[in-house]
Amino acid sequence: MIRQLAACLLALAALGARAQLTIDITTSGGRQVPVAILPFAGESAQPQAVSPVVGADLARTGLFRLVNTVGVSPVPTEPSEVNFVDWQARASEALVIGKVEPQADGRVEVRFRLFDVQKQSQLASFSYVVAPAQLRATAHRIADVIYEKLTGEKGVFSTKITYVVKRGTRYELQVADADGANAQAVLASNEPIISPAWSPDGSRIAYVSFDQKKPIVVVQNLAQGTTRVVASFWGNNSAPAWSPDGTRLAVTLTKDDIAQIYAIPAAGGEPRRLTVTPAIDTEANFSPDGKWIAFTSDRGGSPQIYRMPAEGGPAQRLTFEGTYNVRPRFSPDGKSIAFVQRESGKFRIAVLEVDTGQVTVLTDGTLDDSPTYAPNGKMILYEAQVGGRGQLAAVSSDGRVRQRLVSSAGDVRDPAWGPLPTN
Amino acid sequence: MKKIALSIVVASLVAACGSQEVKKDVPVADRTTPTTQPSRPATSTTTSPTTQPAIAANPLTDPKNILSKRSVYFDFDSNVVKDEFRPVVQAHARYLVDKKDARIRVEGNCDERGSREYNLALGQRRAEAVKRVMTVLGVQEGRIETVSFGEEKPAAAGHDEAAWAQNRRGDIKYAGE
Repeated sequence: MIRQLAACLLALAALGARAQLTIDITTSGGRQVPVAILPFAGESAQPQAVSPVVGADLARTGLFRLVNTVGVSPVPTEPSEVNFVDWQARASEALVIGKVEPQADGRVEVRFRLFDVQKQSQLASFSYVVAPAQLRATAHRIADVIYEKLTGEKGVFSTKITYVVKRGTRYELQVADADGANAQAVLASNEPIISPAWSPDGSRIAYVSFDQKKPIVVVQNLAQGTTRVVASFWGNNSAPAWSPDGTRLAVTLTKDDIAQIYAIPAAGGEPRRLTVTPAIDTEANFSPDGKWIAFTSDRGGSPQIYRMPAEGGPAQRLTFEGTYNVRPRFSPDGKSIAFVQRESGKFRIAVLEVDTGQVTVLTDGTLDDSPTYAPNGKMILYEAQVGGRGQLAAVSSDGRVRQRLVSSAGDVRDPAWGPLPTN
Repeated sequence: MKKIALSIVVASLVAACGSQEVKKDVPVADRTTPTTQPSRPATSTTTSPTTQPAIAANPLTDPKNILSKRSVYFDFDSNVVKDEFRPVVQAHARYLVDKKDARIRVEGNCDERGSREYNLALGQRRAEAVKRVMTVLGVQEGRIETVSFGEEKPAAAGHDEAAWAQNRRGDIKYAGE
């Protein structure tokens, strides 16, 4: 049964209200690879220039340094025009050239080439024919290719993030590009919205709505704008987590007892209880291989992180230091778990190495919350409190690079990083 | 006598919750204080003589009636219903015993510190604590739904202990309100 909530109509009305996020790098450590990204021929005649977006994507990671290209004339756009000796003299290790050419049908062709300056060899060459409105997305795809060629890891510049913005008494669930651009409200309400979670294919977001004056779990289809209430039982319904195959959700319900974890079909249906304890069990998160559920429980007297088989069964405690370790999220490779740790009254994002039990604290805020991994595992996006307001921040999973996502409007909170695009 | 028995029941329920910090908040068996609290409905001693309404005031909203008080405040990391708030909870329990068709929802709340979902569960525990005081006094479980707003509906917007103390609370809401 699909139910169109009134909130959905509000969402349509809210599409115009955008709050752009801009990302600042606050700290970067280690060696940065110098990369020269030249202006693409013909891009200035288009509604969106490509090369600045590519450069900003790469620079934001903290792994690259953009080499100054001012004064290069003529700007090479073909391999034969590249003077590698000159770029070696500018201490650039990689070079990107490209051009944007209008097609007869109104679309544009974007070509780019990536070179290894020292070896004077081409590392990548791609061409895309797209509508002019797709130029920004194309720039992100180009940045993904460059990032992967130079680091060996998948780029995440074409992914999306979701988060909740609170302005006064109004809450919006927004979806934006990973660089904060193109923010759109997909849901608006005068009641809180928390715990958004992307389906593994990125087509749906599960979240907790308070529209019925109590927490219920709703799944919203982003393309269709339809919503489906999947858990609205007696008491609380919260903390949705998708199984990796997208068929089930783990949720926290209080229908039988104190907060306990249940599995429920993603389309709604009968919940099956996975934990049976007299303590709080909540904040489930599936391991990427689908075998485990990590969760928070205070069965041992203080809230700690445990894991159990995804079908329920004996749980194993994973955190032992301190009296408050909550909100686990598996890294995409399943080897680590990001979580919230309280230490001396301050709440920070930490990472646990599952096999060794080693814990590394990554942030230094006072009320950090809601860590979420980028799908390549390299960055962790989270919520920080800055000047009494919720703001998003990100830290690299090795702790060396830090970013702040600056928003002009309201409290920004509860982020979730979407999956890699499927194509 | 009823008072003492209740304290023991609540203390053992709290112990059963297994939370580490609650021990320091286990209510001291103070047998005098609660009996001094006014618990008679509709005959408040703190009247301010104003115009009397022509129709009988709704006891649930009449500011002179204890039933108009709806909030129970909690200590940090605690879900113990403190003695000073027992008269309010007991008055609502008696009202529910009398009014067989009345149903309530107890909404638990937390301060902003810690993760949102764990706070949601903690708020639930606070709501349950209020409910248990009522069920011990004879209100059927099925008439009290406990829900939690976690840290999402702070009564005070600040980021200090004064605000947090306002936000660690349970609210009693009647069906239809």
